Amino acid sequence: MKKEWKTANPDGSVTVRTCGWSPPGDHPVGCGMRLTVKDGKLIGVEGDEEHPITQGRLCPRCLDLPEYVHHPDRIIYPMKRDPKDRGKDKWTKITWDEAWDIIVPKIKQLKKDHGAESIVVFGGTGREACLYYYPLGFASIGTPNVCYPWSGWACYGPRCAITDYILGAGYPEVDYAGYFKDRFDDPNYVLPKYYVEWGKMALYSNPDGFFGHAIIDMMKRGTKVICVDPRMTWLGTRSDTVCQLRPGTDSALALGFINVIINEELYDKDFVENWTYGFDDLKERAQQYDPETVEKITWVPKETIIDVARKISMNHPCTFQWGLATDENPNGVQMGHAILSLAALTGNLDVPGGITLGPPAALLGKWRVETRRNLSDELWDKRIGAKEWPALSTALATTHPDETLDTLESGKPYKLRMGWFNSSNFLTPTCSAQPMRWYKALKNLELNVVQDTFMTPTAMALCDVFLPLPTFAEHDGVVVTHFGRNCVTLGAINEALRCGDTRSDIEVCIELGKKLHPDMWPYENVQDFFTQQLKPELGVDWNGLAEMGVYQPKYTYKKYEKGLLRADGEPGFNTVTGMVELSSTLFEAWGDDPLPYFKEPPYSPVSTPELAEEYPLILTTGARKPTSFHSEHRQLSVLREIDPYADVEIHPDTAAKLGIKEGDWVLLENMFGKAKFKAKLTPIVHPKVIHAAHGWWYPESNGEEPNLFGVWESNTNSLVPHKHIGKLGFGCPAKQMICKATKLNSFDEVTVTVPESYKPDVKPEVLEAEWKAAKIASPGSSPEALYCTESSEKVAAADIGVEKLKVSVTVEKENIPAEVAGD
Amino acid sequence: MSANGLLIHYEYCSGCSSCVVACKNELKLPVGKNGITLLQNGPREIAPGKIEWDYIPTPTALCNMCEDRVKAGKQPTCVHHCLSKCMEYGPLEELAKSASQKGRKVVIFTSQS
Repeated sequence: MKKEWKTANPDGSVTVRTCGWSPPGDHPVGCGMRLTVKDGKLIGVEGDEEHPITQGRLCPRCLDLPEYVHHPDRIIYPMKRDPKDRGKDKWTKITWDEAWDIIVPKIKQLKKDHGAESIVVFGGTGREACLYYYPLGFASIGTPNVCYPWSGWACYGPRCAITDYILGAGYPEVDYAGYFKDRFDDPNYVLPKYYVEWGKMALYSNPDGFFGHAIIDMMKRGTKVICVDPRMTWLGTRSDTVCQLRPGTDSALALGFINVIINEELYDKDFVENWTYGFDDLKERAQQYDPETVEKITWVPKETIIDVARKISMNHPCTFQWGLATDENPNGVQMGHAILSLAALTGNLDVPGGITLGPPAALLGKWRVETRRNLSDELWDKRIGAKEWPALSTALATTHPDETLDTLESGKPYKLRMGWFNSSNFLTPTCSAQPMRWYKALKNLELNVVQDTFMTPTAMALCDVFLPLPTFAEHDGVVVTHFGRNCVTLGAINEALRCGDTRSDIEVCIELGKKLHPDMWPYENVQDFFTQQLKPELGVDWNGLAEMGVYQPKYTYKKYEKGLLRADGEPGFNTVTGMVELSSTLFEAWGDDPLPYFKEPPYSPVSTPELAEEYPLILTTGARKPTSFHSEHRQLSVLREIDPYADVEIHPDTAAKLGIKEGDWVLLENMFGKAKFKAKLTPIVHPKVIHAAHGWWYPESNGEEPNLFGVWESNTNSLVPHKHIGKLGFGCPAKQMICKATKLNSFDEVTVTVPESYKPDVKPEVLEAEWKAAKIASPGSSPEALYCTESSEKVAAADIGVEKLKVSVTVEKENIPAEVAGD
Repeated sequence: MSANGLLIHYEYCSGCSSCVVACKNELKLPVGKNGITLLQNGPREIAPGKIEWDYIPTPTALCNMCEDRVKAGKQPTCVHHCLSKCMEYGPLEELAKSASQKGRKVVIFTSQS
């Protein structure tokens, strides 16, 4: 890329090269673009052809950036509101100093009177804040309670944790030749013969920084696609094979593939023999999942199961991408374990054209981990839910999300008193289950601070001090794919303009940090901060990165052979056994089955047949649209024109039976809640399955309570229960609930609001208890065979050394992997 | 000199709408007006388990094939920003040659009036 990143144009405008992140949101792809500014206005966005990955291409969200930056509703000055006016549009513009004068003494008082743990910092999904909300909590404020509120941490975190425990590596990603300057033409690169997209929509989601349309780049060169998805996606129509499975049965399907690959001896014998642990146990387990049985569970024909198993094992290399469906599933740890096992059995880990593995330490992760030094061991031990859920708290430096809601509601083990919402609008259907419960519980906090760009339902309902964020066009920063856990590119974000008086995440961290914990923030300014981060790892300072534009680290294949995955420099994987753990020593130590297994969704025609009579449709949610990032972009006219309403996809046959026509408003309802969606009749969903869009609110409607910009009207997460999580604390059933659908005569026929007397309903808790106690039968086999059996004592601790196991299970502050961020 | 045109290899058009928004920026069009629009064929079931589903970006009467950009040596903005790189701009003869190597799902729009 050219060294010059800022140019003055003859007409007086200035063009600045940058790499995009957020806000407005996307994952950290760092798409290359040039922003042109004239007279304080962003007047042009043009994709940068020199960017090695995006090559000039941009999605509609970045192309509509000028509308976002200069939107009349944007908030560009700090504001305050009297806590007694929460929910009312009664804001007063203030200065940053006035904001700090409210916030800083309150934090000091809470720390003195109730302990720093009485403050909780909430982070959201995928935005740039993911790099900074942990340090904001640990080192600027000084609390151990940093919370990603989605039930079961159901976004990216589970996959990172599974990878840590099974592979002992950073994030596993499709090899799309991203590390190479000459990309697909590099002599060290091999094109995957098959790409398996599992529970993911990478084209639209750009997951975790993977540039989704790299799949199209690979398809044009000859890669074939296998889709595993309950919906026939557009990519599905371009695929070699589609496994259109029943929502939530993924682990059964993965075990079905494993069954065929092992029994037909199609696995990579050399890799299995030298680099895996527990093969014989997995082989035995897989016998329960023959293709006939799996067809009955998953609806995927047994011929397809056999065919796909052969394709992915007889064609090398082959690459896999596991999606959010892994996280949004209480059986997701087993699903993820099975998918990683498939990649291992087929010899596709850390090889050209297979799955790349990030090194164990995240790029720029050292600082993030080190900010935890600011907390005493005693304080760190107070992290909510950490002791109860060691599998979660060992890999993730946060609270347990469901426990956090319980603590908010019960005041146990202590009362939470202040909330800080960093780029998270989680009352909208994004990352909280039972958002009405969160809403009620968060109202009890004494002070709520929100950092965002627009007035959101979350801020309108709860906020007392609003701190405005600049867009990525308006601040300096870095964007690193996979939040550093498998860095393909690290790009410079360069400030092109600044509207009003906003402060970026890192600016707030430093400014607040200097007031409360100055020893943790020895940086003169943001550029100095980045220089100190970049110099040791990249050898360049802040300006050096800006001139470089994009840094591409070198990648080494087969790191496990070269001693590059383990801290001790020995060959192998950074796991307890040093191998890829097909049977997991840690899962067993934490009380789960060491091997993958299938468990029915908590509510389904199989697990709760009586409820399923009342709620006969399987509800899946969360598919991506290119015109929004979760709850963002709803106020942008250009993007709303393309995607105007929350929609529900219904098969035409099902719609006909229910008397629903294209464009009708439909009420979806189950035992936990209800919400309204516009009917979209389409054959891409199975007649028994419907898909409802997430992230919806209506910024054009009244913002004050009770309406709150219509946040409850199309809130998919109202239908998702609290704390229906897996045995290790991960996963929630957002993609495999049940519901019924009723035609409405108009949107206004039903108004969905929080009932006046609303308090946590006993009904969900009763159901929760029933679910936990339920004997869940699976079709075609004895229930016990397919249901989670209590962890066996087979993998004797003696095999691996009890001491070693204990060491790994103990939560050592310094040894915790660099924390991860939301999907 | 022969007329120019826009080739869409819609085998790969994922329906992202980048062309629509890029065009709106270039022509400074308000909501309700577009220089290029995304037509959808399907999704419809054509055989059991087989779905036909195509997005076909189609220039409207407002499209001027990005005269100004082309004069400045750039590609039309839809071509430049297309996430799938499934659009080409150039003389019709060259596009026809390119189309002949792209299978069934390809279409060419011309700038001829």
